[in-house]
Amino acid sequence: MTTEERNLDGVIGKKNGYRVVGTRPIRHDGVDKVTGRAVYGADVRLPGTLYGRILRSPHAHARIKRIDTTRAERHPAVKAIVTARDLPRIEDKYADLGEGTFNFKWVSDNVLASDKVLYRGHAVAAVAATSRLAAEQAIELIEVEYEPLPAVTDVVAAMAPDSPILHEELVTRSLGKPTGEISNVATHFRHAKGDIERGFAEADVIVEREYRTDIVHQGYIEPQTATALWNADDQITIWTSNQGAFGVRESTASVLALPVSAIRVIPMEIGGGFGGKIAVYAEPVAALLSRKSGRPVRVTLSRSEVFQGTGPAPASWVKIRLGAKRSGRLTAAQADIRFAAGAYPGSAVGAAAGCVFAAYDVPNGQIDGYDVVTNTPKSEAYRAPGSPQAAFAAEQAMDELAEILGIDPLDLRIMNTARAGTRRIEGPVFPVIGSYECLVAAKQHPHYTAPLEGPNRARGVAHGFWFNGGGQSSCIIAVNDDGTANLVEGSTDIGGTRASIAMQAAEVLSLAAEDVHPLVADTNSVGYTGVTGGSRTTFATGIAAIEAARDVLRQMKERAALVLDADLASVHFADGEFVAGPGKGISFRELAGRLARTGGPVTGRASVAPTGVGAAFGTHIVDVEVDPETGKVQILRYTAVQDAGRAIHPSYVEGQMQGGAVQGIGWALFEGYQFDDQGRMLNPTLLDYKLPTSLDVPMIDTVIVEVPNPGHPFGVRGVGEVPIVPPAAAIANAIYRAIGVRLTHAPMTPARILEAMGVLQPARA
Amino acid sequence: MPEKLRIASRINGEDLEFLCEPHQSLLEALREVINLTGAKEGCNDGNCGACSVLLNGRLVNSCLVLAAEIDGQEVTTVEGLANWRGLHPLQQSFLQSAALQCGICTPGFLVAAKSLLDQTPRPTEHEVRNWLAGNLCRCTGYDKIVRAVLDAADRMAGGESGSATVPASASPEEAKV
Repeated sequence: MTTEERNLDGVIGKKNGYRVVGTRPIRHDGVDKVTGRAVYGADVRLPGTLYGRILRSPHAHARIKRIDTTRAERHPAVKAIVTARDLPRIEDKYADLGEGTFNFKWVSDNVLASDKVLYRGHAVAAVAATSRLAAEQAIELIEVEYEPLPAVTDVVAAMAPDSPILHEELVTRSLGKPTGEISNVATHFRHAKGDIERGFAEADVIVEREYRTDIVHQGYIEPQTATALWNADDQITIWTSNQGAFGVRESTASVLALPVSAIRVIPMEIGGGFGGKIAVYAEPVAALLSRKSGRPVRVTLSRSEVFQGTGPAPASWVKIRLGAKRSGRLTAAQADIRFAAGAYPGSAVGAAAGCVFAAYDVPNGQIDGYDVVTNTPKSEAYRAPGSPQAAFAAEQAMDELAEILGIDPLDLRIMNTARAGTRRIEGPVFPVIGSYECLVAAKQHPHYTAPLEGPNRARGVAHGFWFNGGGQSSCIIAVNDDGTANLVEGSTDIGGTRASIAMQAAEVLSLAAEDVHPLVADTNSVGYTGVTGGSRTTFATGIAAIEAARDVLRQMKERAALVLDADLASVHFADGEFVAGPGKGISFRELAGRLARTGGPVTGRASVAPTGVGAAFGTHIVDVEVDPETGKVQILRYTAVQDAGRAIHPSYVEGQMQGGAVQGIGWALFEGYQFDDQGRMLNPTLLDYKLPTSLDVPMIDTVIVEVPNPGHPFGVRGVGEVPIVPPAAAIANAIYRAIGVRLTHAPMTPARILEAMGVLQPARA
Repeated sequence: MPEKLRIASRINGEDLEFLCEPHQSLLEALREVINLTGAKEGCNDGNCGACSVLLNGRLVNSCLVLAAEIDGQEVTTVEGLANWRGLHPLQQSFLQSAALQCGICTPGFLVAAKSLLDQTPRPTEHEVRNWLAGNLCRCTGYDKIVRAVLDAADRMAGGESGSATVPASASPEEAKV
């Protein structure tokens, strides 16, 4: 079945008409990845490489009184030791980035703590040694004297007046202004639309509830790893598996107070990221150790370091209040969203506020957001940052409203859906979007009306939104004289974007997908390109590839005019041939073979920063069975519907939807950081922090809806983020309908379900 | 420094001698000593399966086996699945089914799936899910992996050689190592 056949009647109305777009070729890097030959970050082998290892704080909150490295220095295998004293001294320097403040010292202190440790696992020192074992032994020889301080890991507790304070210099900003008050609240902001009081006054029904989600880790299977070589001429090369080579260059340069041009970052294959491999952890440490030792140094984190020392998704506390007419039409929507940013300000609460009611046309709305520091790892992006937490709350509230009003939950959403022209509460007006189309496709899917029999079984639905990203991207395309093309791109390939970008160039050039050879280049070999993240790559780097291909065609038309002895204006390119009139043409391949004799090689290039980003929506349907004795939830059936705008490679679009859905199942049922009262993580292993396995999930059925994005030549919207948004709420709604109890705290573990059912007493208040 | 041990083993069909330290895991020896980096380190405590290899035909997490234990034993890694003639049917199925995204877990899944099909040539979907539950994949949601394994089982049972879209396809017998 093609994606076109699955489109809703009347949504597009036109046949696809593409040669390459929408087909399913074998990915270009596929053979390397099934044979074990693909070179990931930890597979880099340089002669003389030392093993780096990081010493981390055992305390969640403490002042560093003294660090003594003398004993470690005497270890015969140790070649270098670094602490924060080896970092350039960065004074407090605040930058105001709109909704929050940003201090360069915080970035530096998160790489190696200077005066205080703010979470268990905070890096304090590192060694480089000639073996892995020696490095592990040597960090134990570093003596750190701490003055432990009371710790706070919970977002609500951190806002209480008697909470321990993490940053004595952090002045709370509220509604755009400093308040003068020192607290753990870095920022409070508000978005408003219409008249919230009147909206609730007009409502026939009001629902109100509080929700929580725990800290969740991205759970990429490859731990962070970086190898650095600091040469005697102060030129640094870094081999790393990160979502953006240019981002690593910028961040490392800022921590080391160097110009970006001193650093060359070589992106290796990357073993998952999901937002968690944008910040730098290992890179600056490896660079400093290399400077001190004069040798290449590889720093690879262990799994427990990944959990405790890198940035997960923030925990959340969200209060939702919805008002509606008896007809189901929303009159008011209010959210209070509080995120545990972790050790330093900068959680995804701003994005959460933008997502929480974005799917709906809300006449009167108010959204308050709080970015709150806690003694937990500095939170970072995780797939649709902030949106799953927001949807867990808002989409349960919509379900509750539907039940009270006696309206089908999809009908309630269809009635209130945002459309082109709808103004969001925080201001922007939607261009063409596919929210309605996804909801209708879900309603029409056989899954939604399939019989579901048996006790403690029920069906749930939820809807989700993600902005999608634009940003900067660059591509270079060189024509080979055999009629193929080489494509150099700056986007790291985290899940098949070599294919999705090469296919877009192939479409323009009328080549087969396999005749465009993509290469992910280092920071010295291609123009600036932003991170692979935010569902921007197939959109923005795709546009760079399209523009570079068009540049190739412009140049080749000139050659065709020369070869065909025709006016340039008369030369057209269609179906792989340059045509200048009846019977007067030359194929791309033939012309490619004649470039050397018509002026030399043809290389097209493009650097773009496209603004026509198309937002993504997805609607999920899930059937669950709850075991009332054990509290275990089994996912019986799952269907994900999503607007891809245009699916370039449908298999990888489906893969994003399936992978996002299963990560969302993890958020819903299994995953969450647990802490003791000292702020120590109790489950920093993959045994105790459970990711979904193949046995925990069914097949994930997918429906790709295509409402083309007018801002992309082929209609592409990003697809990676939004599928993680609906699952936790859809599952919570299904659980409610199965057992009659609403679960308001994710993950909805067996213990929490039994507590909610009154079978178990809560473990602690 | 601890005294090194001399280990003689058969890896991917070739006799190989190497030196390792007594504490080193098979995974560390494969990656750091022998330079076979196909097996990946995801957790180093037996919970992710990215380091899966076959030890005398039995599926193991190579991070939980000491390198010294493989003296006189036979090891198959992902690098041993394909021979010079072409890819194993599982590898072909993984490519055609788009059963990988980032690819870091793929070597472990391929080795684990080979081990399953060696014992159970026609597994059910549940048997595939049950067998592969020791291998974590964070990208795919497992759907396309499970389908790829079922598809490979079909092809191998049917004696059908791999599709022409993958170069140098081999018959199932030849592809088996």
